[in-house]
Amino acid sequence: MSKDLSVPPEIPKEDSRPKWDNKFQYILSCIGFAVGLGNVWRFPYLCQIHGGGAFLIPYFIALLFEGIPLLHLELALGQCMRKGSISAWNSISPYLGGVGVGSWMVSVLVSLYYNTVLTWVMWYLINSFQEPLPWSMCPLNENRTGFNEECYRSTAVNYFWYRKTLNITPDVTESGTLQWWLVLCLAACWAIVYLCTIRGIETTGKAIYVTAIFPYLVLTIFLIHGLTLPGATNGLAYLFTPNLNTLKNPSVWLDAATQIFFSLSLAFGGLIAFSSYNSPVNDCEKDAVTVALVNSMTSLYASIPVFSVLGFKATTGYWDCLDRNIISIINEFDLPEESIMRDNYTAWISLLNSSHPEKIAGLKLKSCDLQEFLDQSVSGTGLAFITFTQAIIIMPGSQAWAILFFIMLFCLGLSSMFGNIEGVFTPLLELRIISKSVRKEVLSGIICLISFLIALCFTLGSGSYWIDIFDSYAGTVPLLVIAFFEVVGVAYVYKIKRFSKDVKWMTGRKPNLYWQITWRFISPLLLLIVFLAFVTLQIQRPSSYAAWNPKYEGFPMKEEKVYPPWVLAICVLLAVLPCAFVPLVALFHLIKQMCRSKDPSFVQPEVFSCQGASINLSHPKESIPVVSVCKKK
Amino acid sequence: MLRVLLVTLSVAAIAHAELCKPDTQNAFKVRLSIKTALGDDAYAWDANEEYLFKAMMAFAMRRYSSKSTTQISNVLLCNVTDRVSFWFVVTDSSKNVTTVPGSEVEAAIRMNRNRINSAFLLSDKTLQFVKITSTLSPPVEPSTPVWLIVFGVVLCLILAGIVFLVVAGIHQRKNYRTPPCLIIDLAHTQGRIILYWLC
Repeated sequence: MSKDLSVPPEIPKEDSRPKWDNKFQYILSCIGFAVGLGNVWRFPYLCQIHGGGAFLIPYFIALLFEGIPLLHLELALGQCMRKGSISAWNSISPYLGGVGVGSWMVSVLVSLYYNTVLTWVMWYLINSFQEPLPWSMCPLNENRTGFNEECYRSTAVNYFWYRKTLNITPDVTESGTLQWWLVLCLAACWAIVYLCTIRGIETTGKAIYVTAIFPYLVLTIFLIHGLTLPGATNGLAYLFTPNLNTLKNPSVWLDAATQIFFSLSLAFGGLIAFSSYNSPVNDCEKDAVTVALVNSMTSLYASIPVFSVLGFKATTGYWDCLDRNIISIINEFDLPEESIMRDNYTAWISLLNSSHPEKIAGLKLKSCDLQEFLDQSVSGTGLAFITFTQAIIIMPGSQAWAILFFIMLFCLGLSSMFGNIEGVFTPLLELRIISKSVRKEVLSGIICLISFLIALCFTLGSGSYWIDIFDSYAGTVPLLVIAFFEVVGVAYVYKIKRFSKDVKWMTGRKPNLYWQITWRFISPLLLLIVFLAFVTLQIQRPSSYAAWNPKYEGFPMKEEKVYPPWVLAICVLLAVLPCAFVPLVALFHLIKQMCRSKDPSFVQPEVFSCQGASINLSHPKESIPVVSVCKKK
Repeated sequence: MLRVLLVTLSVAAIAHAELCKPDTQNAFKVRLSIKTALGDDAYAWDANEEYLFKAMMAFAMRRYSSKSTTQISNVLLCNVTDRVSFWFVVTDSSKNVTTVPGSEVEAAIRMNRNRINSAFLLSDKTLQFVKITSTLSPPVEPSTPVWLIVFGVVLCLILAGIVFLVVAGIHQRKNYRTPPCLIIDLAHTQGRIILYWLC
């Protein structure tokens, strides 16, 4: 179709930047990036150990004064600059270019190990198609006289995770060999990531509809099912009963601040990349508030089915403990079956203890306490791969629940991976080093291939120890540092007045007092306090790890080991390297500036402004209809 | 006559009491959990069930040793409790009222465990011979691991998707030569008009 078009008098600059198909895709991508595995397996754990409902108070305070302002800052920055993180920060000020490089570096490091976690999820997913589930029974030992010893001493679920999946070595220094099944799954995961990010946001925009929406469906199904399980109310009551005394402990506030910060995926550069593909006239303030609120609501929503299932597991464990004791008593005293039930157990025990105390003592009954079962709190991979899988075995129709659960985890992780990869991909596309002739498909293929080859280290026997190291050191401290420099850079180098003008131009209204105060004072201060407290706590805690060693005397308890010095050096390197770019790049530019200022023919580059980044005409009041002249084939 | 009968019966009773005592060498304790196994369909343990048990034991001994000398009267039960648990011995009438060695009884029971269990509608766990542990059945292992099959399917789908996207991209680039597509898009917001060209 062709219509006559009236060409405006000023020919604007060409802009071949890809853009989102619609606003919903963009919002969904940001939500998918923010909502990840941590919402399912970290937030409910924090709620549980920090006094249940009372934890929500520091959580929402941190959201209000740290999460939302930083999120708005990043989205507005990307939208204004219309460039990836490295180029965007270079545009703000060449001295702040290191911030962009640092966040690019963190995105690279996190992508490497995050996809390995997805590999584990995929391995469990494809094993869920078996009947019975492979983690429900112990395998037999070599001469078929009993169960495999390692499995018998711990549990079948633990055995499947530590032996059949990870084939873990007893020490971080023992690398072991490449586990071929994990290598296959890793290749498949990187192939999926490549498939979805092959052309940047063109393809992730389509994939995000599935990966961002499907987890909510599954969470709802689990919610409905979980609430019908016996003992679910125990778990929920345990989770949400507020204990306001915990708020006196400063580590609760620190955990809330760090949880909000890491949960929103700030300082990765991925959010800047996403919003850079937006049209510059877009209400980024509303977007930021929406994404932050949806992320927090998802955390709360996810904790309900998680704790229903955990309550069910604890109750079933408690009932099993009682039943075992009851059987022992019935067998010993030859009482008729069903004479002792769970509800009159305590009455019987006291009766029998008074009449035959030696016999009762000889039975060595375990004390069954529901609270003790509920107190077994786990977070992270332990929650998903050990606790939850154990609960799934006792549910009827376990295959279906296992498949749903692991697909949900996979989608949650995958949508976060899209953000990580965009944080790596977009700045590379804009570097002048990468020539224009390199196609997007080739570049994303190279990124995925190199990442796959490096991530093979995590499929070694000691891989999961290394992932813990990366998660604790590369994915925490550098982000806090980079975010601090982001806020300080925008507030004091770029100046808040200028930034507010840019935001006003984009959204149509000046950022109100809340934004001014949080950007200028509260967020930088809060980030500084959090960073100092976090580093202090890390230094005070001895750097040890828990190793799974079948030869340990206390097996199945994990053995506490200390990192050897060379591993500690790597930890420090991981934490310091991304942060080091900030002062290094600033220094580099300072030296360059000093050399340049001696050159008389040098012209200062013009000051950057948001309005100049996009094409702007003078303001005619009448609207011109949309026309497109396109020779379609 | 009556006196002889009485004496014989009392001797038999005493012998019975002596042979079938808990914790003697060739005696076995049996424990049944009928209510656990059958729930509402549980039957009551009475003299008829005991008779069936004796018959099954005699059957097991006959099948094991292939000599048809073991009678139901050779199987002696004692100390029946409400649990339901009891002790039993198998006597050998050919050898002067002694008990059959425990190893033979155990072997006979192991050989016929399935038949004994199904006679009572119970399983290894609910019909326990306290000294005799049940052998574990090997787990069912399919020839190709199931996960490899699923993995193969998933990988084929992914590779098909990648190939499709790459080929579509090359195709699009070939057809997308000059003239370039000129789209003028307009966003009118709050009195400001922004024009940008996207090609």
